[in-house]
Amino acid sequence: MRWPDANDVLLRVEGVSLTFGGVKALINVSFDVRKGEIRAIIGPNGAGKTSMLNVLNGFYYPNHGSITFKGKTRTRMQPYEASRGGIARTFQNVALFKGMSALDNITAGRTLKMHCGLFWQALRFGPAQREEIEHRRRVEEIIDFLEIEAIRKVPVARLPYGLQKRVELGRALAMEPELLLLDEPMAGMNLEEKEDMSRFIIDVNNHYGTTIALIEHDMAVVMDLSDRVVVLDHGVKIADGSPNEVKRNQAVIDAYLGVAH
Amino acid sequence: MDVSGSLDTFPKLLLRNAAQFGDHAALRHKHLGIWQTWSWTQVLDIVRAYAVGLQRLGLKQNDTIAIVGSNCPKMYLSVMAAQMMRAIPVPVYSDAVADELSYVLGHADVKFVAAQDQEQVDKVLSVLEHLPHLKTIVYDEDRGLRDYDHNRLMKIDNVIADGRAALAADGSLAAKVDVLIDSGEGSDTSIILYTSGTTGASKGVVLSAKRCIDAATDTVGFDKLTENDVALAYLPLAWVGDHYLNYAQGLVAGFCMACPEGPDTVQQDLREIGPSFYFAPPRVFETMLTRLMIRMEDASAIKRSMFHYFLKIARKHGEQILAGKPVPLSGRILYAIGRMLVYEPLKNVLGLSRVRVAYTAGEAIGPDLFVFYRSIGLNLKQLYGQTEAFLYVTCQPDGEIFADTVGPPAPNVLIRIAESGEVQFRSPGMFVQYFKDPAKTAETMTADGYVKTGDAGFFDEKTGHLKIIDRARDVGRLKDGTLFAPKYLENRLKFYPNIKEAVTFGDGRDFVCAMINIDLTAVSNWAERNNIAFGSYQELAAHPLVYDMVGTNIAEMNGSLAEEKVMAGAQVRRFMILHKELEADDGELTRTQKIRRRFIADRYAALVAAFYNGANEADISTAVTFEDGRKGRSSARLKIYDLPTTRVPADFEKAA
Repeated sequence: MRWPDANDVLLRVEGVSLTFGGVKALINVSFDVRKGEIRAIIGPNGAGKTSMLNVLNGFYYPNHGSITFKGKTRTRMQPYEASRGGIARTFQNVALFKGMSALDNITAGRTLKMHCGLFWQALRFGPAQREEIEHRRRVEEIIDFLEIEAIRKVPVARLPYGLQKRVELGRALAMEPELLLLDEPMAGMNLEEKEDMSRFIIDVNNHYGTTIALIEHDMAVVMDLSDRVVVLDHGVKIADGSPNEVKRNQAVIDAYLGVAH
Repeated sequence: MDVSGSLDTFPKLLLRNAAQFGDHAALRHKHLGIWQTWSWTQVLDIVRAYAVGLQRLGLKQNDTIAIVGSNCPKMYLSVMAAQMMRAIPVPVYSDAVADELSYVLGHADVKFVAAQDQEQVDKVLSVLEHLPHLKTIVYDEDRGLRDYDHNRLMKIDNVIADGRAALAADGSLAAKVDVLIDSGEGSDTSIILYTSGTTGASKGVVLSAKRCIDAATDTVGFDKLTENDVALAYLPLAWVGDHYLNYAQGLVAGFCMACPEGPDTVQQDLREIGPSFYFAPPRVFETMLTRLMIRMEDASAIKRSMFHYFLKIARKHGEQILAGKPVPLSGRILYAIGRMLVYEPLKNVLGLSRVRVAYTAGEAIGPDLFVFYRSIGLNLKQLYGQTEAFLYVTCQPDGEIFADTVGPPAPNVLIRIAESGEVQFRSPGMFVQYFKDPAKTAETMTADGYVKTGDAGFFDEKTGHLKIIDRARDVGRLKDGTLFAPKYLENRLKFYPNIKEAVTFGDGRDFVCAMINIDLTAVSNWAERNNIAFGSYQELAAHPLVYDMVGTNIAEMNGSLAEEKVMAGAQVRRFMILHKELEADDGELTRTQKIRRRFIADRYAALVAAFYNGANEADISTAVTFEDGRKGRSSARLKIYDLPTTRVPADFEKAA
């Protein structure tokens, strides 16, 4: 088993607040993500979960507070800087290039890893060719890992939803991230697809040692997968701890879970 | 090593192939998107190291080793390595649930398991308490297995590396392996194949090395297979068909066996590999045709009319041309144009361009389906066989192909029809015994050495070919004495593209009733075209228009049955469409997708009762097994429709 070290913090969020006009999406939220763990962020609709992810990968700038990633503190960062720094994400509503094949979509995830200049890439020769072969190998490894060989060349628009989600995970993995942000990876899936996805998340964590922060509504999944859980409600953190602690927390039951099960 | 001795075991054949065919491709597998090739020399090298590695783990002569996985090189190499050590491989269906796995592995006393991946390892670990003899599990893919207790687990690559190191360290070891191979005898148990179990628990069919090789040698000669042929090994490893057609024939003829990238990529791999020898059960040919027709519907008008025009030409002349019979010149010219414009591109899309010989078996194939493939120039033939025969009992020779017979006896096979109408055979490949079950063995073998197939059949007078009617024990009679052959009816029903599966009832009853499974691909496509919305299989199955459509199909079959003297009384009077697909995981089908009649009759007793008490609806609640092995319940209210029957002509009635 993996035992994330409590002192080995990969990402620390301190006193983050985010407002859109009069709407307070996040109010003074602090938590940390340890290296190698699976961290869940849960809460009712409108609690600010996705806003939190958007803050983490630099899509939103927090009004207050700071984010420390790999020991570097910052308040403003562009999404591509987050990507370059090793943060990848998937989206609640699948955001793939619909007309492109699964293979091309995943390869797109390696854009930041391409080093050849425009000149060589246009010629597709020499170093560019060597680089492309290397990238293709990495992409093929991901395809093998996610067991999507059969849909390699299929335009993603033609794929069922569960597989699209898997391709999206593949694209995020292609960046070889240190921190993977998953926004509702199981939403809209049937039981079997959920089980597959859970297995992949655990495997990613295990095999690549990737730290994962995920938002999810399926409590069974959250409780099974995650090492620690943050609970948000109306932009405020109301609980933080192991799945069992959170499950018993009265504030969480009142705000989100309903009757304890 | 001298390879001139008798080639009566597979390891000896492997040595011969390495010596004779050397750099010829023996195995192919697509990995990370690229086809990897192993030559016979390389295969021998790996298998030898693997065998030594297994021996160092404690594998001894006559130990059993289970092979659990889908078609990948490591699984086939495991079979070869086990046989090289004179141990006995026992392949298991990779989709078997833990209970089935536990039964087979326990019954076979397995000492080792070669598993493909975490999923299979998990299954084996979950039934560990039933496997007291199990020593070690070796596995191919290590994903997810890193944190497992590795006391009894080892990666196959490491076993091979260990064997290789041992071979390098001790120069005499290789010679010892050669001696072991040389000491192998034709009477050695080569493999134990567990039957799929249409009737109760599966039995372990023990096959000896020499018999396997004799049978394979006969058919390799029959179909003129050589080392230049290629086959795609995509059939379940544990099924006799795969072991025979790909493994045994591959080693005997020295042809190349290509493993698909994954279970879902078979269709694409077929196109890329372009096999020259191909086997598929009728269902696969049917799915291919259905998909083809659906896609043609979406093609442009010009292409569509060209397609249909040339299919008509093919239907008219194709079979005669394939059989080398005389055809008018105009027919030949039109067919040649059709071949250029339609047939060859079509076969290319299906991955059948290079197929020289194709077989189908396992179920009856619809005559239209059969004729379609033959007419576009695919040399599709039927065979009849079973595990106990090591596959072949009959097969159709080139030029003598009929849709409704399974052909004359295969080379060196003797067939007789017992008084009861049962087909019995003696063949070169016939089994030695059922593993640890002398009672069943005695029951199946006659005193004079024939094997009872359990199928009722007869020789067609006109052609001298064998015709199979049904499982002998399934054939019954209606109350009025009319012959009731359920499978015959079901096959007729299944020839309709909308009907995927059918189960008929009637033995000892007043009339015949049928349960139907619709074909989701065909019916959902039809629903889409007709603007019928549905959310699930269950919803579609219960739709009144679907009922009407299936009703029309069955009524049509009734009409054609009325013209058959023997079967006219067995027309289907009532039917229902089941709310769920029959599943092997629920025990309703065997792993080879054959229906388990008795089990279904038991499980759906309430529905069968409703058939015969005149009810128009019936409630059913059944346990279902999900893919992860968990159980749930599924319940539904099903409608029962009555059907008009076509009146039997008066002279038939007199005759009956």
